[in-house]
Amino acid sequence: MAFLLGLLIWFIAIALAVPFVTQWWPLPDTITEHARQVDAQYNLTVWVTGVIFLIAQLALGYAVFKFGSNRPGRASHVRGNDRWELLWTTAATVLFIGLTFMGYTVWAEARFTEAATARPADDRLIVEVVGQQFVWNMRYAGRDGKFGPTDIKLMDDSIGNALGVDRDHADGKDDIIVPRMAVPVNREVELMLKSKDVLHNFFVPELRIKLDTVPGITGTLRFKADKTGTYEIVCSELCGLGHYKMRSFLDVMEPDAYEKWLVDQESFLE
Amino acid sequence: MTEVAEHVEVHRHPLPTSFITKYIFSVDHKVIGIQYMLLALVAAFVGMGLSLLVRIRLVWPAEPFGLLETLFPVGAPDGVMTPEFYLAMLTMHGTIMVFMVLTTAPQGGFGNYILPIQVGAADMAFPTLNMLSFWTTFLSFMALMAAFFVQGGAPISGWTAYPPLSALNEATIGGYGQDLWILSIALFCIGSLLGALNFIVTTLHLRTKGLTMMRLPLTVWTWFVTAILGLLAFGVLLSAGALLLMDRMAGTSFFIPGGLVVNDVIIDHTGGSPILWQHLFWFFGHPEVYIAILPGMGVTSHILSTFSRKPVFGYKAMVYAILAIGGLGFVVWGHHMFVSGMSPYSAFVFSILTMVIGVPSAIKTFNWIGTLWGGRIRFASPMLYSIGFVSLFVTGGISGIFLGQPTIDLFFHDTYFVVAHFHLIMGVAAIFGMFSGMTFWFPKMFGRLMNEGLNKVHFWITFAGVYAIFGPMHYLGIIAHPRRYAETTSVDYLAAAGANELHYFITIAAMVTIAAQFLFLFNFVWSLLKGKVTTDPNPWEATTLEWVTSTPPAHDNFEGKIPIVNHGPYEFSVPGNERDFVMQCNAPDAAPAQDH
Amino acid sequence: MASVVTTPEPRLRTPTQSPPLADGHGTGNGGARARDGDGGGPHGSNSAAAVERYKLGVKVGSGGIVMVFAAFTSALVVRSGLGGDWKAFDLPAVLWLSTAVLLLSSISIEKAKRAMRDGLEVGLQRWLNVTAILGAVFLVTQLVGWQQLTDRGIYVATNPSSSFFYVLTAGHGLHLFGGLLALTYVVFRVWRATPWPTKEAAIEGAALYWHFMDGLWVYLFVLLLVWR
Repeated sequence: MAFLLGLLIWFIAIALAVPFVTQWWPLPDTITEHARQVDAQYNLTVWVTGVIFLIAQLALGYAVFKFGSNRPGRASHVRGNDRWELLWTTAATVLFIGLTFMGYTVWAEARFTEAATARPADDRLIVEVVGQQFVWNMRYAGRDGKFGPTDIKLMDDSIGNALGVDRDHADGKDDIIVPRMAVPVNREVELMLKSKDVLHNFFVPELRIKLDTVPGITGTLRFKADKTGTYEIVCSELCGLGHYKMRSFLDVMEPDAYEKWLVDQESFLE
Repeated sequence: MTEVAEHVEVHRHPLPTSFITKYIFSVDHKVIGIQYMLLALVAAFVGMGLSLLVRIRLVWPAEPFGLLETLFPVGAPDGVMTPEFYLAMLTMHGTIMVFMVLTTAPQGGFGNYILPIQVGAADMAFPTLNMLSFWTTFLSFMALMAAFFVQGGAPISGWTAYPPLSALNEATIGGYGQDLWILSIALFCIGSLLGALNFIVTTLHLRTKGLTMMRLPLTVWTWFVTAILGLLAFGVLLSAGALLLMDRMAGTSFFIPGGLVVNDVIIDHTGGSPILWQHLFWFFGHPEVYIAILPGMGVTSHILSTFSRKPVFGYKAMVYAILAIGGLGFVVWGHHMFVSGMSPYSAFVFSILTMVIGVPSAIKTFNWIGTLWGGRIRFASPMLYSIGFVSLFVTGGISGIFLGQPTIDLFFHDTYFVVAHFHLIMGVAAIFGMFSGMTFWFPKMFGRLMNEGLNKVHFWITFAGVYAIFGPMHYLGIIAHPRRYAETTSVDYLAAAGANELHYFITIAAMVTIAAQFLFLFNFVWSLLKGKVTTDPNPWEATTLEWVTSTPPAHDNFEGKIPIVNHGPYEFSVPGNERDFVMQCNAPDAAPAQDH
Repeated sequence: MASVVTTPEPRLRTPTQSPPLADGHGTGNGGARARDGDGGGPHGSNSAAAVERYKLGVKVGSGGIVMVFAAFTSALVVRSGLGGDWKAFDLPAVLWLSTAVLLLSSISIEKAKRAMRDGLEVGLQRWLNVTAILGAVFLVTQLVGWQQLTDRGIYVATNPSSSFFYVLTAGHGLHLFGGLLALTYVVFRVWRATPWPTKEAAIEGAALYWHFMDGLWVYLFVLLLVWR
């Protein structure tokens, strides 16, 4: 019994750990520097926690195996050991808090305004992302670089104006509204995240960022993709019956392909 | 020979006579404890049934099942479960399991039954209030079940009920399901608050002579701290629920912002904040998960010590760890909200505190291993479950280290990694605490023996089974599988990364594991009715006060003779003693006087 | 170390042998709070212990209730800052009367408690009755206040400020009503004059709860007055 239980605990511990270490089910691709930094922090955490995990489970399995009641003599009447207590308390504290501090800059760069605006702003492409049950709509400001005003009374999905853009307004005339996001590679992109109805969440696994879209609030995410390709956008906050199919795409293109795409979109406006 | 060296004589009270006062509206904490346990048992099986439906739909989303069409003509027309049915099952699974199982059985069930006896009292401080607490909780359960049967069915907004989705009928199919849910939760809050009151006063005021706080069994410590958590947390949930109900029914806008357009309908609300709900909910929600796990930790410490024949390693550290977990549990709620739109600065503070709370949990884990180390382990079924608890707690706790870092949570939030984490801790470790407690105290409570062999078989299958279910969910998280998705068909990368195979494996494991629970149920019911009768007051050779009462205990536990305590709770294998245990109420010179 | 498995004859300690329990203290090294020793449990014959127990129960329960209103308060603070639609309104004048009535009722229940401690049954009954009546009057003034608001067209959904007004006053009113029911029970039981071992405890507990309701009202009233 003791042997079997100890063995099972060891087996489970190793069986759980191996896929983590070997990345048998791998993390998605990374297409930004930020994403790679997130993965670095993740891998560090895997190692640190992996060691703790294995020590704990293997010690547990060993104790179970070794200290059965058929062993001769009495159990040792040990009430504790202050030195060990101090040792593992300190180790745990240092490791756990150390991990957080190490990951801090990555978080800060992704979310704090100052860090982000330290990067040049002129070249930034701003895209408005609006979630609603159960589609994503992306809005581009068009050649004038200005987003037109919106009015909820103008919202009408059936005529392709889900966002209620005032097409009569000078700024709104050239706004491009599309269901898929296109961005040029190696360009800083800033997303303005909004929602029309309930909470949604904009998530692209390859970017390693996500943020709830909160109705009434505009959230901001920034990224700079350095690999072309098509990546899926998946809603990551329960938003109702169609939550599982609220999916769109992020197309990262070469700059000239993006220009062509822009021209095509403008032609649809006419 | 009696174990009780000295006792205090107290006034005895007449026994209840009618069936109603003995078994229905009883004020006896033991009957109330069993009532809570039975409620949790029924709820657990309902909750498991719901999870089975969830798992089946994930693997076979479009496959018609004739049986489902018969059972659920509205939710599964033509035998195929609709997405709304999926979300309703998911919502109710979470709600039922968290509230009606994890918050009732460990605390209301075992705590009610055992705590007064372990502190040497004849009953709880306020027995009538205790009875009211149970029946309020029972009403709460009825209200929750009613949600299944109203038009529109059960709510679909998850057990977390985030507005605006939970506040606007326009955003879902509508109906009174969500309102009944809120009513149920409100009743549950009231029942829990009343119960918490009783636990706290009983622990502080009704301890027998000689039973100092630092001589309390760790079970009592965890029930006590859990009660304090409940006292301070449930009021907040009650407030939040009241405000949400008002947004739904009274036209207020606490949580609903302005300018909403839901399916082309302009919503006439303005100025509210969805994030406000999240703050209120999680201020309750985080202490709630510690309420779910702390009693299991107490039972584990107790069982590991008893069945290793060794004192708990580092009793004082264990007490401080319980207090630290309880206190810190109130300041980490923001880690559920890293990507909610909340200030990213506060995220950092919450992250540090979350990491800090990992430390007392780590201390407890190492102390459990330390308790086993050098012991003489008796592998009875309570011990197997407690050993399983340690393993499961380690695994579940470790994934918390990932999620507590905002950088990493940016990726894992709302993926299956989170589902794996909380199921291992709550849905399994805490449950193992209950199995452990049940198999341990069953002989005492019912004067009958459970079939030990069957319990062991149940343990092996369940222990391997739950790892088979929830282990792979980590990998689903790594491939970025979002939560609460009714199926994987609408996202290309999921199938490509192997999600469907993982889901299949998990579902088969779930079916086997759920089936195994019927072994336990059978054992429980059979043993109650036909199990071998026992009057042995102390079959496990344990030390705490419940093991000196008769089996089962008399109506007032100690038949008017309350034992006086002379020892700590875990005096095992004291050197120089003939016997390898000293009971708390043995004579003072039975063990070297070493208080903690 | 000799074997100590066999224990001596159980030593019986009756309450008369224990030290005086008037203030609930036991002897020896037992008990952090020296609550042990009376061991009488919830039906304890020791009246002083019962008083302490009931008072602690009320204090603990009040802690739970405080959290309900703490949550409402924080929701109020947050909501008034966001949304930009908070419009303060003048509180109905009758609330000043509510406050005065409740403060008077605290005084009356305190007098009832003193009467009980001095063994004055008539005074006890009289002051309990006065408190119960004042409590009922308080609830009536609350309803009048609500009426005054609806007359001005201010309903629960009119504005977040009014929403919170109704929520806070209703919440407090509900808890006070519960206290009033308990108080009515006490009034009745005292009037019946049947043996009641936990009489002192019930009255002390009721008084404590009543003061808590009073204090809570003052807090809420000030909050509503001040938070514009």
